[in-house]
Amino acid sequence: MNFTDLTIKSASELIAKKEVSAKELAEMSLERIKEVDDKVHAFLYVAEKEAMEQADEVDRMIIADNENFALTGIPYSVKDCILVKGMKATAASKILENYVAPYDATVIEKLKKVSPVMMGKTNLDEFAMGASTLYSAYGPTKNPYDLSRVPGGSSGGSAASVASGEVIFSIGSDTFGSIRQPASFCGVVGMKPTYGRVSRFGLIAMCSSMDQIGVFTRTVEDAALALQMIVGQDVKDSTSLPKLVPDYSAALSEDLKGMKIGIPKEFFVEGIDPEVRAIVENAIKQVEALGAEVSEVSLPNVPYSVPAYYIIAPVEISANLSRYDGIRYGLSVPGKTLEEVYYNSRSQGLGAEVKRRIMIGTYASSAGYYDAYYKKAKQIESLVQQDFKSAFDKFDLLLTPVSPKPAFKIDEKKDPVSMYLEDVFTGPINLAGVPAMSVPGGLTKSGLPVGVQLIANHFAEEKLFQAGHALEKSLNLKLKPNL
Amino acid sequence: MSISLDEVNRIAKLARLSFEEEEKQKLQTELSAILDYVDQLKAIQSKVLGEEYDKDALNLMRDDVAIESADPKLFLDQVPSRHDDYIKVKSILE
Repeated sequence: MNFTDLTIKSASELIAKKEVSAKELAEMSLERIKEVDDKVHAFLYVAEKEAMEQADEVDRMIIADNENFALTGIPYSVKDCILVKGMKATAASKILENYVAPYDATVIEKLKKVSPVMMGKTNLDEFAMGASTLYSAYGPTKNPYDLSRVPGGSSGGSAASVASGEVIFSIGSDTFGSIRQPASFCGVVGMKPTYGRVSRFGLIAMCSSMDQIGVFTRTVEDAALALQMIVGQDVKDSTSLPKLVPDYSAALSEDLKGMKIGIPKEFFVEGIDPEVRAIVENAIKQVEALGAEVSEVSLPNVPYSVPAYYIIAPVEISANLSRYDGIRYGLSVPGKTLEEVYYNSRSQGLGAEVKRRIMIGTYASSAGYYDAYYKKAKQIESLVQQDFKSAFDKFDLLLTPVSPKPAFKIDEKKDPVSMYLEDVFTGPINLAGVPAMSVPGGLTKSGLPVGVQLIANHFAEEKLFQAGHALEKSLNLKLKPNL
Repeated sequence: MSISLDEVNRIAKLARLSFEEEEKQKLQTELSAILDYVDQLKAIQSKVLGEEYDKDALNLMRDDVAIESADPKLFLDQVPSRHDDYIKVKSILE
């Protein structure tokens, strides 16, 4: 058995057959982390002691109850902006360097009921603001396929931890592409559910109207198994919705007969890398061969998604991050007056990109600018929502690239706006609130993974699993980095 | 530059952030570039736009029943400066 080849499905079968214990899996995960994380830097905190204790407990439980769930004993990681009780949650910011979570996020509470083993907290762009992990206050994560390149972001540590075989799945968050873009760059499956499908309670807030928790896995089948355990309405998150949850694994199919898939022409514009285009076009051919009916569709307002987001998000960010004031928790830098404590703590504790977004958001929501910026951006958001609504009147799914280019170099100098454009194909999905998944589509000639994005209507995640699984089987890539 | 240094100072004050002079000039350039970029939204005719967003959303309420919550001590342990169970702050009155 090679740990780095295991999936949730295969590892849980081994556990059920008593061929491996939770403790042995946790040991293999730790060994792999020790072997490669110096190079990759996916983790901000490795929970060695906690994981071994938990694995022992899980093994005793399996023996006592002779019962296990799909995730029982499976090693996983959690993005460091999601709270795990008693463990630090830094959001990769200096302002939360010593913050210890007083409670579990709802997703963690749900996972604890089915007992996967938590191996540690993964790196991200500070407060999940970014597309590279270069904005982490604790140094970037490296792409396991090419250590001189970024893993994408903001959930870059989560994606890299799964791609490099350190853990079998990971929990991340996606506000404008932060699960799907790193999944694409690292050759793993990244699933962002519908806004309202998964509770955000215990997720450190960035842009509350779009933040959503999702999963990273090696296979689409695993994504179905992992997502199943974290979905559902939660009284602690009033935006989580009481929708029926289907059995996602039952939706997995290898046949797409009769499924209508739209190809939005606005996603195939100039500037898209020719190799990325070729990989996505190959995926379109595959889904056609599997029986899907493919045709072009137009989402005319989608090109305005990025500018609209960079008003809406900063406005929410400037409000959400006003809580970091040095008084109740987090870094506190002394000052002569109360106001000086605010200024000093925020100015020393927050990083450059976070400050830029707070400044833009404060500007756009200040007196005299609200109508010109925020109101206008929310109107664009409604147009984007309408575009997707009309498209899903005709189609079951949409298929697009995840990102215009493969992973870029760590030392490639990007100005703020060009970094924002990384999310040009993933962001519109968050404005619309619909679910989407990045499925590995192939490798470039230089060996960099490229993902394909599948998009479904609100609460139709099962269609993503159906098509994603079929596409994955038909491509049969078996990607693995050479670490 | 679509934003002046005075504007940078005004926003920084509202946001309770302080910057060195050099940082302010860099910010002026960066914020101007971002604002120039988002200005493309202004080209869209507002008359075709409604304010129908979020019309499908519903606010979920729960019964006002006490439920078990996390230990208050764990929250107080995070407070940078405290006296017993009180949070200490600088005086706000002269």
